[in-house]
Amino acid sequence: MQTRPLFFALLLPSIVIAAVFLFALAEILQYSFREFIPGSLDVGGFTWANFARINRPIYFYAIVDTFWIALLTSLFTLVMSYPLAYALVRTERNWLRTLLIIAAITPLFTGEIVRTYAWMLLLGTEGMINTLLKSLGIIDTSLTLMYTRLGVVIALVQFAMPVMIILLATAISHVNTDYEKAAANLGASPGRVFWRVTVPLTMPGIIAGFIVICAWTMSAFATPQLIGGGKILMISNVVYLTGFSALNFPFAATMSVVALVSAFGALAVMKAISTRIERGTALHS
Amino acid sequence: MKMDWRALLFWTLISALLVYMTLPAFVVIMASFNPGEVLSFPPKGFSVRWYIKAVTYPDFQIAFRNGIIVAAFASTLALVLGAAVALLVARYKFQGRGLLEAILSAPLIVPHFTTGFGFLLLGAHLDINQTYLIIIIAHVVLVLPFVTRAIHVSLQNVDPNLERAAANLGASPLKSLLRVTVPLMLPGLAGGWLMAAILSLTEFSASLYVTASRTQTLPVAMYNYIREYTDPTIAAISALLIVATTLIMIVANHFLGLRKILAIEPR
Repeated sequence: MQTRPLFFALLLPSIVIAAVFLFALAEILQYSFREFIPGSLDVGGFTWANFARINRPIYFYAIVDTFWIALLTSLFTLVMSYPLAYALVRTERNWLRTLLIIAAITPLFTGEIVRTYAWMLLLGTEGMINTLLKSLGIIDTSLTLMYTRLGVVIALVQFAMPVMIILLATAISHVNTDYEKAAANLGASPGRVFWRVTVPLTMPGIIAGFIVICAWTMSAFATPQLIGGGKILMISNVVYLTGFSALNFPFAATMSVVALVSAFGALAVMKAISTRIERGTALHS
Repeated sequence: MKMDWRALLFWTLISALLVYMTLPAFVVIMASFNPGEVLSFPPKGFSVRWYIKAVTYPDFQIAFRNGIIVAAFASTLALVLGAAVALLVARYKFQGRGLLEAILSAPLIVPHFTTGFGFLLLGAHLDINQTYLIIIIAHVVLVLPFVTRAIHVSLQNVDPNLERAAANLGASPLKSLLRVTVPLMLPGLAGGWLMAAILSLTEFSASLYVTASRTQTLPVAMYNYIREYTDPTIAAISALLIVATTLIMIVANHFLGLRKILAIEPR
């Protein structure tokens, strides 16, 4: 075939970058089975001890907390993003569409640190939320939002919404509005049209969004690190602590493997569940 | 009228959600003009001293330069690689295509700190830690899925018949690629490159692992500052970044059409 040289010219760099990534992951796997030598960056021989250590309550709870925070965040993100995505796709007003897309997408590109810092200003004991609520006389003593799971989730939801909005807006924009009109003509109330037609037709987007945000949140680091302040530990924070405070690279590698397996495991489970949901809600023609 | 209360309720909800999404940005901007070292709401006065400190602070200057160098190389490399991957996936059928696609989109699922840690270990092995090279490689891997998606979407709008026509007229595959396909993909390429550059400039979790004190990028330098000081310097630098990003988004939306790049155009 004539196109062969071009084909290999495209294939070779793609394989090289994929291989580099796999090598990096293989390094982690390799380290996770090595013995930790305190006070040294060199590692010892093969051992299972790192994986046995996961059983300790502090690490075990970090894993549970990671899943819990990811689930809560995905749920809130979904519920709060749907209306915005709906408005973004369906509004006829140009200025509003521009406003919505800029406001919804920009936070995605300001970065983890800027956003986390902003939430530290909002959530602190003397932060804006507490100051505002106190001056309005709604509360007398400051709410504790920093260093709590709630605070971490509040910040993570805002962080996750742009991605969810993009995925939901894509799904909503593919809904043929004729179905909605037909349902309305047949006497369905707007609420009923929404719940019985629009939502089921966008179910693939809803599921994709939920899965992506779950995986995304499980890998959050700066937000739990700064807003959790050591009181809320996710797997990411444990990896950093053991890796850089204790210089225990082997165990940090082990927790990274746990994070990796959790992320892909959660993905597989949700894919399995989603296939069932999609079958249940698909409109059969 | 029945529709009115529904519409009112809906738009109230939308406004509340928009406030939630944009409030952090406004608070940062407000805090950045705070005159004292201790933040107060509302600010007692107005001062630009933190902006002056932010742009003259040596750590931030070096980190900003590092970030630009890394982002320039990483986004350009990712653009070339992303175009190659997108073309491969869209135009060729070969064994292992699914596997290659899966590996290259895995960085979306693999936690960033895991990727960063992996490259730290790999860098130690190859003795390239403390260099820009390891940061650039890590960033290329991390932004590649986004670039590939942006290019893939724009490639779908290129009719393969145009390439066949060029081939029939005697163009070599490379020539038809460079003269027909690439020009038609330009909006996608521009969008993908921009996205890659911004993601690289703002990447934090993986960068924390692969940067050294000499090569640290801006988000890492900001993180180190937040851990040591509480004054509003970070607010000033964050405000600058937020304003810059918003302006870039407005310009990108105007020229490239964000809805098209993100594939949320209604039918």
